[in-house]
Order: sequence, then C-alpha cells, then structure tokens
Amino acid sequence: MFHREAGVFKTTYAADMALYPLPIARWAVAGVALLFAVVLPSLLHEYYLSIINLVLIAIVGALGLNILVGYTGQISVGHAAFMSVGAYTAANLAVRLDLPFWITLPAGGLMAALIGAIVGIPSLRIKGLYLAIATLAGQLIIEWTINHVPAISGGAQASIEVPRPTLFGTELKTQGQLYFFLLFFAALAIVATLNLVRSRIGRAFVAIRDQDIAAEIIGINIYRYKLLSFAISSFYAGVCGVLYTYYLGIANYEQFQIVVSIDYLAMIIIGGLGSVLGSILGAIFVTMLPIVIRWIVEGFGSYFFTASELAGVSSSARLIVFGSLIIFFLVVEPEGLNRLWRNIRNYFRVWPFSY
Amino acid sequence: MAPGCPQRSLLRRLHVTRARRMTAVTSPARVAATASPVSDPAQPLPHQETKVQLSIDRVSKRFGGVTAVEDVSIDVPHGGILSIIGPNGAGKTSLLNMISGFYTPDNGRITLEGRDITRRRPHQVAALGIARTFQNIALFSGLTVLDNLMLGRHVRMRSGVLRSVIYWGLAQREEIAHREVCEELIDFLKLQDLRKQPTGALAYGLRKRVELGRALALEPRIILLDEPMGGMNQDEKEDMARYILDVNQERGITVVLIEHDMGVVMDISDRVIVLDRGRKIAEGSPAEVQRSPAVIAAYLGAKKGKQSP
Repeated sequence: MFHREAGVFKTTYAADMALYPLPIARWAVAGVALLFAVVLPSLLHEYYLSIINLVLIAIVGALGLNILVGYTGQISVGHAAFMSVGAYTAANLAVRLDLPFWITLPAGGLMAALIGAIVGIPSLRIKGLYLAIATLAGQLIIEWTINHVPAISGGAQASIEVPRPTLFGTELKTQGQLYFFLLFFAALAIVATLNLVRSRIGRAFVAIRDQDIAAEIIGINIYRYKLLSFAISSFYAGVCGVLYTYYLGIANYEQFQIVVSIDYLAMIIIGGLGSVLGSILGAIFVTMLPIVIRWIVEGFGSYFFTASELAGVSSSARLIVFGSLIIFFLVVEPEGLNRLWRNIRNYFRVWPFSY
Repeated sequence: MAPGCPQRSLLRRLHVTRARRMTAVTSPARVAATASPVSDPAQPLPHQETKVQLSIDRVSKRFGGVTAVEDVSIDVPHGGILSIIGPNGAGKTSLLNMISGFYTPDNGRITLEGRDITRRRPHQVAALGIARTFQNIALFSGLTVLDNLMLGRHVRMRSGVLRSVIYWGLAQREEIAHREVCEELIDFLKLQDLRKQPTGALAYGLRKRVELGRALALEPRIILLDEPMGGMNQDEKEDMARYILDVNQERGITVVLIEHDMGVVMDISDRVIVLDRGRKIAEGSPAEVQRSPAVIAAYLGAKKGKQSP
C-alpha cells in the first residue's frame, strides 16, 4: 500500500532498474520474507504448514508455465507431463543410485527441459489452438510411456517410493522441516524468474509474444527462443515435479495427469498472464480454494446435510465454485489477480486526492 | 499516406510542396544538391560516396501467378538516402522484405558489402546491420518505450539464460551499459517523458518515432524505412524528415526509404528509384525522375492509346 513515487529520486540507472525501486516496496518485501521465514513456521500447526508446502510447490510450477504462456505467448497443455518427467527422473536417480536431492533436483529439471524442448518443436510452425493440441499429444504420450515402461515407472503400480531428502545428515521428515526446504526453492524460483523477465532473454520472450515478425527483424532468432522458453518452462515444471515427489515421498503418475495441467493453466490465468506476482497469487488461489471450500462445507454443511451426503457435497461444491470463479475472473478481470492488486495499489498511489 | 494521390497532378503538387517545405526540412547543402540542375548523372553528389553498400542484383519474386518483383537491380550507395517510390502494388515492400530476409527471391542475388545475404533469415540480416521499420507499426505494445529500445539492442548484448537469471553482476552491468545507449537515443528522438510508457498507448506519430528509435538501437549500417510518414500530419512529417536527415548525416547510416509523400521524397533523397508493377522504370536524382516520361505515365496515365489500369 502507499506505493508512492513522489520524493524518490533515482540518480543511477542501477537504482532505476532495481527490482523494487521504492523504499516502501523494499520494506514490504522484507516484511513478507520475514513473515514466511520466521513468523509463520513458528506459529502455525504442521497441518497448515503442509498446505503452505503445497502452495510453495505450485508456485514453482506456475512460474514456469507463466514464462511459457504469459511471457512467450506459447501454450502448453502438457505441463503435468513435464512434471512427471522430473519426478520419475529424480525418483529413479534417488532410489537406484542413491543420489542426494541436490543432484536429483537439477537432474529432474534438466531432463524435463530436454523433453519439454522436444515437445515444443511444433511451436516453430504452429500457434494457438493447434499448438495446444500438439502439446496435449505430448502429455498423453509421456503419460503412456511412463505408465507402460517398467524401467521408468518401477513396476505395475507405476509408482516409486523415494527417501526423504537429507540435509547435513538430517532427514527432512516433518512438514516443518520440509517447509524450509520448499520455501528455499520457491524463493529461488521467484527471484530467478524476476531476474529472467527483466533482462535480455525475458525481453526477447515478450517480443515474440507481442510481435513475432518484429522480433525477428531486430535480430531475435525466434525458433531458438521459442524452444528456449519451452526448455526453461519445463525445467521449472520438472523441479516442481521433483519437489512434489519429495513432499509426497512417492512418484506416482496419477499426480501428473491432464487435470493438473489444466489446474496450472487456471493458476496463471486467474493470477495474471505475464506476471510473476500473478503466478504466485494464482498458485495460492487455486491450491487453497478446494481446501477452503472443504473447511466451509465441513464447518457449515452439517446444518443442511446429513453426514453421508457431505462427502458428495464437498467434492461437487469444489467443482462448482472453481468453475464459476474462473468464469467470474475471465469476465470481470481478464488480467487476473495481479491486475486487481495493481488497481488497488494505483488507487492508493494518490489517495486521498483524486490525482 | 498518398494512396489516392497518383490521380492528382504530381508535378503541380511537387512544386507547391517543395517550395513550402524546402526551408523547413532541408539543410542548405542539400538544397543546393537537389536543386542544382542534374543534367549530368555521372557527376556524383558532393557529399556522396560512390561505393556500393547494398547491391540488389536482378531480383525477382513471384507469388503464384502474381509477379511482385521482376528483374529489379538496385545499387544502394554508401551513406546516402535512396528512395523507392511507385504506385500501390508496385512491389516496394516486397523488395524490402527480400532484403530483410522475410522472402527469399526466386532469382537474383542480394549482397551487403560484398557478402551474400540472399538466403539469410531475418535475424541474421539484422545482426549484419540492416535495421527496418514497418508500414503498419510493429512495436511490442505490451512493453515500454525503453524496453522496445532495449530490444533493439538485443543483437549487441550477450547475456544468456544463466547470466540473466543471476542478474547481479555481469547481466546488470551489461543492462546499464546498453541502457546508456538507449537513453542517448531517447534524447535524440525527444522521448524523455515517455520512456516508461507502454507503446500501445502512444499516439500514432510517436509510435512511428519509437519504431525508428528501435531500429537505430541496433546500430545499423543501413536502415530500411517503410513509409515512415504514412498517416502523419504536416508537422509530424517535417519532424520525421528531420530525424531521417539527422540519422543519415550525423550518424552516417545509409537510408533506404519507401514513401508516398512526393514532397518529402524529392526533398531529402539523393537518389530515387521508381517501381511500377514489379519493374524498375526509372532511376536517378529527384529532378531526373520527375522529368522521366515513364514515371509520369505510371503515376498520371499514359498518352492516348496506352490506358493505365
């Protein structure tokens, strides 16, 4: 709040190009960091931390998808499959070779990046809905492959149990320990994305999104950069898949089906395409929504329904509210939660005066 | 700008507009150059080097049954302003598209300073130093003026993914160095108050100016301008003409200009090429071109018996 430029004088280009040029914004970010690093973990119960952990994992995936869809303007309906590539790569490495997470995590990301870049090859020729179908094919092929190749999936159940990550000899078992583990990677992903989109590569992505012909004429190799965008985006997805695997303690293809791809698309659309903050808000929103709905239904449902009906109501209510909220956002604020936040901020920019 | 104009008297328009604008947009040296009788075409203009920088050699392009460009040869001399004019559909933009690599010519060769660029892709042509603006502005509308100019610096920058992600250190230093170049261009084009504005919200004339700035940010050796004054009012045209002259004279960038406003073309060009239905029908100094019977026929219609379409 009170995001006011007045009285802030920038005397160097570095100061002008800083992530948060305004002191108030810097204090706000420091406050949020303190909240998440110190206050929340010491106050909240394990159960709530486990929910925040899910949000942190989703943030990584949503950031990655937003780089591809929001910044580069290419669509992917196969992101869950890229997550599964990361998850199974890490799981196999962790189980068979007994490798620690700081090797399996980047390895999972890199493998997903490679597969993602291959699935992204059609983007060199096709756009929009056609590309969506092509990536959908990628999702199904990867899903099928993992499910039917025992060497990858580890047998009939297509699931691999992975040991908990260890750090300095301590096994990260509790949700509280996992929280710091996941918070670190989520923060890293956020900072990396912020840096990426404000420098040369990120600008080239936006150029391809806005005007691919003009992007070529100023010297951007659009083929290369589209594949690069697919690779970076899939890297995030792969890391997200690895984190999720460590969180669950098991790699299972059922966690990475097409519905998950749609959920992640919903996150960045609701949060705001082409915005880092939007990815975060969208990830929070979409992850928390079913949980909050369940709390509400469980809290007040007993006044209206019998106990046997409640289970059905809870799952239906989730679908109904989720669907209507997506429609609501598309109609009212197509640019998502990020835009909503900016409107509020801009209102208070000059408050209480009108200009 | 002047799609409907060929029917109007070209020559009358020229005399009127030239007299009016000569003092506004033209430096004294250039007035002398353009106004002097150019009876001897072999005599080079005083400030012009004769070395050929961009050579278009017998280039043709057909789209299905339509011949867009047929057997056109143009030598673009180093450091001048060369204009390509012609009625609508004459093949001017197709020619520019072949130079910048969007189209591959069916026949012929295009060489930049001796290097064959006929089959290069657009981004490679850009990296070799040919910048371009578009007839209907092609800015990145979601980005600010500054970011558009910074994108123009893309081929001059080196940061890859890793450096960009880490940012602090090498990437930041590079960003600042190139920001300084862009700020210099912002000063040149008087865009200071707009640098943080998204280009989608800018007025038409300003967007054309930003597009020129983005092309200049590339530090090109040749700049191809496709109707930089289309849709502008008189003041904006004079400003743009001034910028084009500055680009050419102060920065020493060769300018290839497509423009429908004959007044501007005749005022600022060193050399004029006239295309009609894909063929080159005249070439020479502005004065020579104006007297050419083929040009008059193309614009105003031929004598009886030869109906122009």
